[in-house]
Amino acid sequence: MSDKHNAGDVPTTGHVWDDDLGDYINQPPKWWMLGLTASAIWVVVYWIFYPSIPVSTANGFFKGVGGWTAIKEMEADKSVVDEVRGKYEAKLKDMTPAAILADSELTEYVTRSGKVLFGDNCAACHGQNGVGTHDKQGLFAPILNDDDWLYGGKIDDIHTTISGGRQGMMMAHKDMLSEAEIDTLANAVAAGKPTSTPLFTDKGCVACHGADGKGMQAMGSANLTDSVWRFDSSVEGIKYTIKNGVNAGTPETRVAVMPTFQGGKLSDAEIKKLAVYVYKFGGGQADAPVAK
Amino acid sequence: MRLDYSLPFRSASVNQEVEKKEPGEVTTIYNEFEVWTVNTGGKTIHAKRMPGFFRTFKDRAQLALWLPFFFFPYVRWNDKQAILFDIDNRQFHFFSLTVLPQDIWMLSLILLVAAMTLFAVTSVASRVWCGYFCFQTAWTDWFTWLEEKIEGNPTARRKLDEAPWSADKLKKKGLKHLAWAAIAVFTGISFSVWFVDAFDYWSKLIHFQLPMVGWVVLIMFFFGTYILAGFLREQTCFWLCPYARIQAVMNDSQTILPTYDYTRGEPRGKIRRGGEVVAPQGDCIDCFQCVQVCPTGVDIRNGQQLGCITCGLCIDACDSIMDKVGKPRGLIRYASLDELSGKPAKKMYQHPRTLVYIGIIVIALAGIVWGLTHLGSLTLKVMHERQPLYVSMSDGSIQNKYEFKLLNKTDKDFQVKVTALGGIKDQVIIGAESNPVIHHGRGTAFTIFVKAPKANINEDTTPIHFHVEGLEDPSIFAEYTDRFYGPKK
Repeated sequence: MSDKHNAGDVPTTGHVWDDDLGDYINQPPKWWMLGLTASAIWVVVYWIFYPSIPVSTANGFFKGVGGWTAIKEMEADKSVVDEVRGKYEAKLKDMTPAAILADSELTEYVTRSGKVLFGDNCAACHGQNGVGTHDKQGLFAPILNDDDWLYGGKIDDIHTTISGGRQGMMMAHKDMLSEAEIDTLANAVAAGKPTSTPLFTDKGCVACHGADGKGMQAMGSANLTDSVWRFDSSVEGIKYTIKNGVNAGTPETRVAVMPTFQGGKLSDAEIKKLAVYVYKFGGGQADAPVAK
Repeated sequence: MRLDYSLPFRSASVNQEVEKKEPGEVTTIYNEFEVWTVNTGGKTIHAKRMPGFFRTFKDRAQLALWLPFFFFPYVRWNDKQAILFDIDNRQFHFFSLTVLPQDIWMLSLILLVAAMTLFAVTSVASRVWCGYFCFQTAWTDWFTWLEEKIEGNPTARRKLDEAPWSADKLKKKGLKHLAWAAIAVFTGISFSVWFVDAFDYWSKLIHFQLPMVGWVVLIMFFFGTYILAGFLREQTCFWLCPYARIQAVMNDSQTILPTYDYTRGEPRGKIRRGGEVVAPQGDCIDCFQCVQVCPTGVDIRNGQQLGCITCGLCIDACDSIMDKVGKPRGLIRYASLDELSGKPAKKMYQHPRTLVYIGIIVIALAGIVWGLTHLGSLTLKVMHERQPLYVSMSDGSIQNKYEFKLLNKTDKDFQVKVTALGGIKDQVIIGAESNPVIHHGRGTAFTIFVKAPKANINEDTTPIHFHVEGLEDPSIFAEYTDRFYGPKK
């Protein structure tokens, strides 16, 4: 095919394989040699520029004249992300949670970016997406995407709960009530009609759970008439709760503790974002319209 | 840069051995191969330009296809570029039609039509694309046309190439390369302005404010054009272009292509003075005009070959010679192998391969027409929340959460209304009471809750058909079928 090179001119190594195969002793092409030389020079430059020698010296390991580190690269990448988020973060810093909720763009930002925050701080107890978690006693931490709230489902209530944490409290009644009374009460509560038994008033349940049995959000007492349960909805489970109480100081008692997130663990902005994030799970309750 | 494909190592003794073998044995193919010389770039081809039917056709075909490439981007339509492949905004404008990436499946059909058209045409008349339309052919032709204008005819050019450097040579060569570079730059610009606003591009270009990708594209196209059309030329068709090879296998004995009529031409021989006849002689007077005009430097008289781009310029050359020596035209002509071997010519519909190609083209075109008439104005995707699948509410009802993603393909924002068919009796749709605004040209997402009484739920999952329509114009709508999840029964 070639019209330039005559194969006969170039000597071979003299070794012949399979009768007629030989090796020319041509020089490698010039471009190839240039490439090889350039690669060798590149190796040297690379070694000088980057931290390449894993041997410690008086000043620590060799850092390379370029000063490159993986941390710096990561920080540069992070600053790109921070720049995108910066304008939202700057805006919501001085806003109330309710104001953030009223701004559809910021709400969108919070619901999209809040997943990591929620996963890191809340999901351990409340489950990913707030589905709640269970232990051997029943529900360990409340479900956050229903519309039943012990301490209120308005945006400011949720914000207060996250900021200050919550401590459930209910006395243990095993020494105050007879087995029969506990049984009657438990059955009435399980049926969703706690007020159907006079014991509810007589034994003082109304003091916390209210005359109608719907609980008081100010103190976090449960609504006993709805179909969402804090611990265990079975009669046996309810009896256990009545007997041993909540956070009553005994080893048997049910535990309902939410830690404080304000002051250290989370920044104010993060708490606001989490309040909006939790509100948007689906159970958030709008404030009553303000009368004009 | 010159390409150099050396033959595999073969010692002189082996060659002799091959020659000693009887003709007809497999190894003789190599002897034949040896005789064939394909220009591997060792010499620059300076093709002669001769007027004729195919020369005119080629000139016009090239301009018809490629002038719009240069100038169409400046056509405006409704204050926007008429055709704009807006990659930045992921929108494709064709006059008043805007196609979003979601409808880009039609592009695959367009590519299929293009490929099948290439196949169909090639099966009928060989490399029509290569000969008259291909950008490599067109740009090379324009480059050599400039070369001829500046440096003179092929003889003068060869002389100039060999001449020592002088002021005159420097002037001519410099002028030529300048002209080539100008075309190359304009090619890069013209390519770019199909993807960004043309006038905006020029303004940024002259202020040196193009983005990095703009410069890279321009520089790549500059060098691509300058090197491929200025230096590599026919070598591109020989060694770089895959289509040259693909198209070659689409020819069969029914395909017409520029062919030397060897039955009429052979034995070839020079015209002798006085017309004395020594031996019987064919019509070919061995004048080599067909080779001299060939832009790829092949000798058509060797028969069909890969180097031939079927541009028909040798037909023009041969016809003009035949006219001069008083013999009928058509010693080189568009003819099929069947015709040359004296077989009866088949009709078009007797060429199944072409019919299959045309069939595929029709199907793909039908798909494009269907796609363009069914673009729709609104698309809806609904994703059911995976965790939790449903939530028990305090009043005993069951709530499901859905992520709605809407794409507004109209050119304005509008509000929508969300309704649902099927699902659970007495279900309530929560989340779209304020009729969300759907922004045009991009996706809009919002969350919808569906709450239904537990007593009415009879299945683990119940189909629910969401219907989203424009608040003011209910004719703009989209539907999506998802499922409503409830507790296990």
